[in-house]
Amino acid sequence: MRSRAGWTSSRTTRHLIFPPVDQALGPMLEVDGLRTSFRTPRGVVRAVDGVSLGLDRGRTLGIVGETGSGKTMLARSIMGLLPAGGRDRLGVERSGTVRFAGHDLTGLPPAQLRQVWGTQIAMVFQDPMTALNPVVRVGRQITESLRLRMGMGRSDAKETALALLSSVGIADPGRHLRSYPHELSGGMRQRVMIAIAIACGPRLLLADEPTTGLDVTIQAQILDLLADLQRERSMAMVLVTHDLGVVAGRADETAVMYAGRIVEQAATAELFAHPLMPYSQALLAAIPRLADAAGTRPKPIPGRPPDLASLAPGCRFAPRCPYARERCREADPPLVEAGSGHRFACWYPLSLEDADTPASDLGDSQGEA
Amino acid sequence: MGESRRPLGALFWVCLAFIVLVILAAALANFLPIPSPTAQDYAAINTGPSLHHLLGTDDLGRDLLSRIIFGARVSLVIGFGSIAIGLLIGGTLGLLAGFRGGATDAVINAGSFVILAFPPLLAIVVIVAFWGRSLWKLTLIIGIAAIPQLFRVIRASTMSYANRDFITAARAMGASTRRIIVRELLPNVAPSAISFALVGVAVVIVLEGSLAFLGLSVSLPTPSWGNIIFEGASNNNLQLNPFIALWPALAMFLLLTSLNIVGDRLREHFDVREGGL
Amino acid sequence: MRERTDGGVLLAYLAKRLVELTAVVFLISILAFLLVHLLPGDPSVAILGPFDTPSARAEVLRQLGLNRPLPMQYLTWLGNVLHGNLGRSFLTKQTVATTIGEAFPIDLELVVVSQVLAFAVAIPLALVAARRPNRALDRLATATTFGMLSVPAFILAVLLALVLAVEVHAFPASGFTHLSNGVIPNLKSVALGSIALAAGSVAVYFRLLRSELISTLQEDFITMARAKGLSTRYILMRHALRPSSFSLLASAGINIGSLLTGAFVVEYLFQLPGIGYQIIVSIDSRDYLMVQGMALVVAVAYVLVNFAADLLLGVLDPRVRRG
Repeated sequence: MRSRAGWTSSRTTRHLIFPPVDQALGPMLEVDGLRTSFRTPRGVVRAVDGVSLGLDRGRTLGIVGETGSGKTMLARSIMGLLPAGGRDRLGVERSGTVRFAGHDLTGLPPAQLRQVWGTQIAMVFQDPMTALNPVVRVGRQITESLRLRMGMGRSDAKETALALLSSVGIADPGRHLRSYPHELSGGMRQRVMIAIAIACGPRLLLADEPTTGLDVTIQAQILDLLADLQRERSMAMVLVTHDLGVVAGRADETAVMYAGRIVEQAATAELFAHPLMPYSQALLAAIPRLADAAGTRPKPIPGRPPDLASLAPGCRFAPRCPYARERCREADPPLVEAGSGHRFACWYPLSLEDADTPASDLGDSQGEA
Repeated sequence: MGESRRPLGALFWVCLAFIVLVILAAALANFLPIPSPTAQDYAAINTGPSLHHLLGTDDLGRDLLSRIIFGARVSLVIGFGSIAIGLLIGGTLGLLAGFRGGATDAVINAGSFVILAFPPLLAIVVIVAFWGRSLWKLTLIIGIAAIPQLFRVIRASTMSYANRDFITAARAMGASTRRIIVRELLPNVAPSAISFALVGVAVVIVLEGSLAFLGLSVSLPTPSWGNIIFEGASNNNLQLNPFIALWPALAMFLLLTSLNIVGDRLREHFDVREGGL
Repeated sequence: MRERTDGGVLLAYLAKRLVELTAVVFLISILAFLLVHLLPGDPSVAILGPFDTPSARAEVLRQLGLNRPLPMQYLTWLGNVLHGNLGRSFLTKQTVATTIGEAFPIDLELVVVSQVLAFAVAIPLALVAARRPNRALDRLATATTFGMLSVPAFILAVLLALVLAVEVHAFPASGFTHLSNGVIPNLKSVALGSIALAAGSVAVYFRLLRSELISTLQEDFITMARAKGLSTRYILMRHALRPSSFSLLASAGINIGSLLTGAFVVEYLFQLPGIGYQIIVSIDSRDYLMVQGMALVVAVAYVLVNFAADLLLGVLDPRVRRG
């Protein structure tokens, strides 16, 4: 079904695979103290509030959080693809550093940053219905970056687009090149979007809720497709989702975001086995499981994420946390390391006795205000 | 909802004041210390501004300020009168169609599309030419031509309220259609109707001017703004005394701008579509 | 199969619009027919005016068939019209069809020149303004065009005549020079009229396109295009312009329709003998049959132009076809 015919052998392949990554350089992505805030009529909204993370080549990082936790804005901020000012956004400010393959992206002027987009870092957007231009044929939406960014001629670009469409599992690619987005099904649109994202052979793929709105079977197909493409092209990937079920077994590491911050990060299996932060635990409890008895419903998390324009002191999750105590409402817990790369931000972590290190030996804090 | 409304701004009040000033001057023209608009002062032909004639005189020695003030009567009567006719008929139909929906709406709506399919200026020109061009006929013809546009605006606005909870509640309490329309819908629909109507008045004032240029506005000794500008542009007057045309053109420009700004600001001020809920 | 469904939707849409079109044209014919009955008193007197002689009156009554029941009169008249017989001027003895044939190219030229001018100014201006909304340039352009909305074509025409024709003598103040006398004199003769007509269009087109562009630029697909690393210029031209231009095209369609069917004031003021001019001249000389015939043809043309504009919009915007 996902035929990759001609993918590795065709003449066009040379354009697609980025030159081998220089192993002497450090990790693919290093984010340090990243902050993004919007000035709005209601005040300053800190959408991303001091996020630090790293991602190695070819690896996958899951970023999980509820709607409004800032995960989409984090992905945009990493890329530097921030929305222009609008009616309710008077201005955008970003600080902190983003290093991509050793190069600092935050200081780049727009024209140079643009050279990185598409060819080095690409993004798969949440909703293919709105992210594909409704009045431009699918073919041109794929070939335009090949032609403008990779300097391909018309026929080369078309050939490559055909190969890309079949590589993302679209049958009869020749016909679909001439289609408009609305003529495709939801799953096909998402495949087209992925084809566009990988067209110029990026080394880092930011996938923002790539399967939201698709039915479960198609979700699995799209996620498998992303994993296959990632393996073939040794891309690093950031998989942003509200559904912990999506990152299970697919992300090497998973970071949980809440109110603009990372509140817990660990190897995915570790996070699922030993969540330390009550919010992560609540998210885990919200995953529907096959093993659940018929009729049991996943537990939703009561309450709503805080208003980012007016934050109360203390832990941001405290108002919704069943274990919150006095200290949680007074002081903001720092993000600390519990050994083996398991980071969390909580004064009274869960099941810490199961973790490798006792709480007293916690490493230095990061990402504090 | 109230807090999120855009402030009207100082410009709005300046423009509103100008509109009121023009209306008052036109209404009280007989009591103002100005010469008759048709009185010819042979001692002062094509003069510039002076104490006797604040804006000067035209080629027949008539006082330009007086002509502009009396001319405003015709322009304002046609402008506001025809839009009032359009609002009365189009508005009522719009409220009814928007609230009732179904067959009532389908029939009236189709009718409005048919009328809108006609080229409006051509229709008005031809009907005026065939039927006559007294002040009242002009007002009536233009008013009828304005019905479908006003109908469509008010219908759309009504439909956006017709399914809101407070209307459903009023229905559930057994209020009559008439009562719901007058008490519940009208107050909500009125702001957008008024702002659209003000812009409509501006359009009609331009229309009167166009008709005057075609010799189809009110008959000539009677001044209207269109008539005065037309006279100022004919008989070599542009070369001899361009102010005959320029003063009324300026007056018209200011009034049109004021109407447009007031209408525009009102629309923004009462635009609740983006105001949450 | 998908193509067939799409075509089916398009066909159904076409059929619906055709039915509407037929109804409107039918109605127009009835109204145009009844127009003569609006005339006060005996129509023949009104039609003939000062040329009222017994034989002429008999001719009018015969032509109008006024002694027969109204529906019969209408059918006879409609039959004539359908055979291309729109009647003949009592004054010039020229047929209505001939007059229209001579006048129409002038309207066409005015429309083409003025709309080319309007698009050439409005589109680049809107693109530049929408790129950085609320900055100095955008505010200036927005305020200026708002002001231009309050300058009626006849005031602008007077000002143009005053400045460019009376003071500077750059353009002829009135009259039309036929294309056979050279392209430049011809274009010069329609220049002032075209500018007067273009100004209003510029204001409307700029404001429509600017606001559509600004909202389009907030769309996800623009962010996606940015993420591809495409240049701002390319994104504006290839991704934002087309989805933003539909209300512009719709308004241009209506505008072109009304200009084609009589830019009355501008033609009359600059003495350009297009349809609008001919209608006014016929009204002045009480040539009512001429007015009736031209009004009929022009109204039908207006409806057809709008219909064509609608169809064009359907072809250009693949979303409309979804029904």
